[in-house]
Amino acid sequence: MTTSEFEGVDALEETYAAASRTDSKPLAMKAQDVSVWFGKRKVLEGVNIDFPEQSCTALIGPSGCGKSTFIRTLNRLHELLPGAALAGEVYYDGKDIYSPDIDPVYIRLQIGMVFQKPNPFPSMTIRGNVLSGLKLSGMKRDNHDEIVEQTLTAAGLWTEVKDRLDHAAGELSGGQQQRLVIARALAVQPHVLLMDEPCSALDPASTLKIEETIRELSKDVTIIIVTHNMQQAVRVSDYTAFFLAAENEPGRVIEQGPTTEIFSNPKDQRTLDYVNGRFG
Amino acid sequence: MSQTEAMRDLHSAATSHRGDRVFNRIVTAAAFTSLVVLAGIAIFLGFQAIPAFQTQGIAFLTTTDWDINTDPPTAGIWGMLYGSVLLAVIGLFIAVPASLLLSIFIVFLAPQKVAKTLTNLIDLMAAIPSVILGLWAFYILNPPADEWQRLLNQYLGWIPIFQNDSGNFLGTPFIAGFVLAIMMIPIVTSVTREVLGRTPPDLINAAESLGCSLYTMLRYVALPYGRGGIIGGVMLGLGRALGETIAVFFVLKVVFETNWYKIIESGGGSVATLIVGRFGEVTGPFELQLLLAAGFFLFIGTLVVNVIANLIVNRTGRLQK
Repeated sequence: MTTSEFEGVDALEETYAAASRTDSKPLAMKAQDVSVWFGKRKVLEGVNIDFPEQSCTALIGPSGCGKSTFIRTLNRLHELLPGAALAGEVYYDGKDIYSPDIDPVYIRLQIGMVFQKPNPFPSMTIRGNVLSGLKLSGMKRDNHDEIVEQTLTAAGLWTEVKDRLDHAAGELSGGQQQRLVIARALAVQPHVLLMDEPCSALDPASTLKIEETIRELSKDVTIIIVTHNMQQAVRVSDYTAFFLAAENEPGRVIEQGPTTEIFSNPKDQRTLDYVNGRFG
Repeated sequence: MSQTEAMRDLHSAATSHRGDRVFNRIVTAAAFTSLVVLAGIAIFLGFQAIPAFQTQGIAFLTTTDWDINTDPPTAGIWGMLYGSVLLAVIGLFIAVPASLLLSIFIVFLAPQKVAKTLTNLIDLMAAIPSVILGLWAFYILNPPADEWQRLLNQYLGWIPIFQNDSGNFLGTPFIAGFVLAIMMIPIVTSVTREVLGRTPPDLINAAESLGCSLYTMLRYVALPYGRGGIIGGVMLGLGRALGETIAVFFVLKVVFETNWYKIIESGGGSVATLIVGRFGEVTGPFELQLLLAAGFFLFIGTLVVNVIANLIVNRTGRLQK
């Protein structure tokens, strides 16, 4: 197969280059033998993935393969659902985030999250939304104006909203709201940013903007993104992990590696079929 | 003539079944009946209130004397109107925090079974007849409440509202307000529980991913989101409290002087309780008219509170869509 089968040829070449640059990076996070249950139903089995620092890792796979569930185990949001259970370890900063002496609030601040649907707080202003993480977590910072400008700039939204920071967040378009939510997540200075299909509710133009933002951000922050859009994985990620669940079986990671390899030269036939759109 | 298109009335065609027509009319008639009854009460009370105003003028609302046998007779319900509001405010001070904590527990903390049981129990509280509640308060609540108020007076007596000069701690606005609080809790709780339960999971997720605690999530996300609905629920409770008669009758010593702020001093006012208390021993048709006039203003007051409550609840309902 040739690269011309992709729409984002340029982006692909860029990621080829990016991959060769990032090959020897230390790990920001590591999932080791992670299995996940909802009640008695096992939804993930034996997941091992490395997440190199300051890079973007895409989790791809058809619906129901457990990739969204997996990403929620990485910042301990999974455990807030009734009946949730987990086996294995998730390492961050050299420690298992599930070990009893780790405060889940600390983990959620270090490992931020952006969700599928833009979810700014409707009762707060744009500025209030950016700073909401400080209030919610009880973090004390004095340089509020600086934080607002920095994070909104990083999220690619500053020029569009700088004159109406005191307006309600609900006035923004869906794409702007999603970038606001990214700024909000960045304001507590996370080292890792999880994104669960952040563009699935957005139009193509907004998607493009968010992807630019992701590419910029991944120079400083480690990004882990769930996406069902394979072109997007090619455009934004350095590494890719492919999840698949056979019928009535828990999801597993079929293959992982540099994005370029997964898409151009996969080792597993199922990966090849999936990235070429033969199923899913 | 030929240029006009023949418009077919699809709407009446759709409702032209005989059964539909009959049913529609019954529903419409029933709906209008309640309006007619409401208007009838308002008109009746309004007419009855006229003589009171003709003889007393605005003093009927602003003074506190009630002496029917003098010539001319004097009658004023200010102390009662103010007392009704004071009792309701005391009730709110107790009922609102209690209801909020209850609903927070039910929505965010309690296991599902406990939450369901608790919800049903609280709804059942609303079904207790107020006369039973009044009797309970008279026989069971009065003795301990007497103790509580003595303690309040002993330790917090330097705060003006906890002054007591008579040494009599029975029949106080505090006890009456406490009973009203018990009657408000089911109403306020069921509304706030509903409102908090409708906090979008998206927003809760967002707060959790930003390292919230239950307290910060409530303070910055759930409560601001449900503010309108919660205020509406509180107003519904207030409407209930303003009109409550019998339960208050058992525990409040009605006095005509205005008890401005001494909530643990014996004696207070309540329009509804004034009416029920005097009704059996009215001295003549004139006093009856005075009582009905008092009822008219009580009716207007509760109507206004309920209308405002509904407006607020409806507005929040729209916002949440």
